[in-house]
Amino acid sequence: MQQEIICTNCPMGCHVIVTLEGDQIVSITGNTCPRGEAYARAEVTDPKRTITTTVGIIGGGVLPVKSDRAVSKRRISEFMEKIHQVYAVRPVHIGDKLIEDLDGDGANLVATQNAE
Amino acid sequence: MNKVDLVIIGGGPAGMGAAVAAYDAGVRDILVLERDHRLGGILEQCIHNGFGLHRFKEELTGPEYAWRFEKELHARGIAYRLNTMVLDITPDKVVTAMNSEEGVFQIQAGAVILAMGCRERPRGALNTAGTRPAGIYTAGTAQRYINIMGYMPGKKVVILGSGDIGLIMARRMTWEGAKVQMVLELMPYSGGLTRNIVQCLQDNNIPLLLSHTIVDIHGKDRVEGVTIAEVDERRQPKMETAQYVECDTILLSVGLLPENELSKKASVPLDPMTSGALVDQRRMTEVPGIFACGNVLHVHDLVDYVSEEAEIAGRGAAAYLGISGENYGAEDQAHITVKPAKGVRYTLPQRISAVEDTTVFFRVTDVHKAVKVVVKADGEVIQSRRRPRVAPGEMETVNLNAKTLADCTGKTLTIEIEEV
Repeated sequence: MQQEIICTNCPMGCHVIVTLEGDQIVSITGNTCPRGEAYARAEVTDPKRTITTTVGIIGGGVLPVKSDRAVSKRRISEFMEKIHQVYAVRPVHIGDKLIEDLDGDGANLVATQNAE
Repeated sequence: MNKVDLVIIGGGPAGMGAAVAAYDAGVRDILVLERDHRLGGILEQCIHNGFGLHRFKEELTGPEYAWRFEKELHARGIAYRLNTMVLDITPDKVVTAMNSEEGVFQIQAGAVILAMGCRERPRGALNTAGTRPAGIYTAGTAQRYINIMGYMPGKKVVILGSGDIGLIMARRMTWEGAKVQMVLELMPYSGGLTRNIVQCLQDNNIPLLLSHTIVDIHGKDRVEGVTIAEVDERRQPKMETAQYVECDTILLSVGLLPENELSKKASVPLDPMTSGALVDQRRMTEVPGIFACGNVLHVHDLVDYVSEEAEIAGRGAAAYLGISGENYGAEDQAHITVKPAKGVRYTLPQRISAVEDTTVFFRVTDVHKAVKVVVKADGEVIQSRRRPRVAPGEMETVNLNAKTLADCTGKTLTIEIEEV
């Protein structure tokens, strides 16, 4: 099986072809630099994304938040459900943890704005 | 009338960056005027990450990027006023502003930096046919509703235009439970960054239809659907391809326009290609002492570049005020005109008025692979550089050193794209 990945490391946007036999990567072609290969490998095995969203603040308003590292893309809707159940309490500051270990792999949900 | 050495209009990334740079170049009497209730500008609603990769070598969200600069302002004790709207600027640099505490007041500024940012192109500028029901928003308005006010503007969405804000909102609304039907782009290529096409659309299985547009909007009180069609190479809809798509919300992401109403009041001449001021390499407009930077000058792809430009303007204003010790007198100005040529839409600055190392920013008109960027002085090639890929959505630069420029005094520089 072949999968085409557009590398997002730089504006070149290389179309990298990953050839798989079952779960095993047998070849990666089309990249012009090593970053393209690493990116394509991660995209095929377990793509990760940073979640950025908002949570409500008790007493009104919303607070922007993010996962402090990238989490498994495949589980984003599961994480969003968890995040929707959380409310922040003022005062809250950039970097404050709202959910510890969001994904069971060490990523926390943290505030990205101050609300006094 | 109150006197202030440097008045900065706008407390977004451009205004904050300019304020910090001017302070560091020696200006102490600075006042930033901001119309919103906090500093940060548009970054406050851009809660996604990807800001600051060039500048800080890490991916910050918009509010985090803004906070880094706000802290710098606080550390220097730079004065700012919030909830304050600037109403007028004269060519003599009298700034008229108002807020609910002080009413209308005037300041005589020694120098002014325009940092008002840009505005989204509204629906009225598009001439889309159909009724005018509720449910049509610019992407930025929807972004404000969701990220700042906490309202979802709709459940089933069609996005017209593949600019970055539209792409970001496609993902944002999907993650919040809406169904984004498709993104339509009039041009045969997207104006958005590749990473946004991948991470916002492909990740969420949202189709991007290139060379497509909305030809009709249906619904009386609320949007019920749109008719979409493919367009030909002259961008005219091919009606035989028309099809109906159900939706209750339309987001427009069809370009940004620098917000230059105040610049016009100050008689600042504008470049029709950028819709921003004509400036020299220090970002001074053709009105002495009035500078411009950020999206009010030309629309930037990355805030990192806005900060860089703001710092040029901040240092320029310090030089103009005679504070930083740099000479900015009119007598030794070397006038070099910079103009776009084949394949280039605009250049910035449009003139170079002192011989110093200068980076010229420019945008190309089309997507090309393997090209040469050629700089000519009165038709003679003075510099040429290969580029593997250029696109209208990505700002390009050429660096010109003082030695090269010294030979160009009085000449016209052109920048063009040559296929290789």
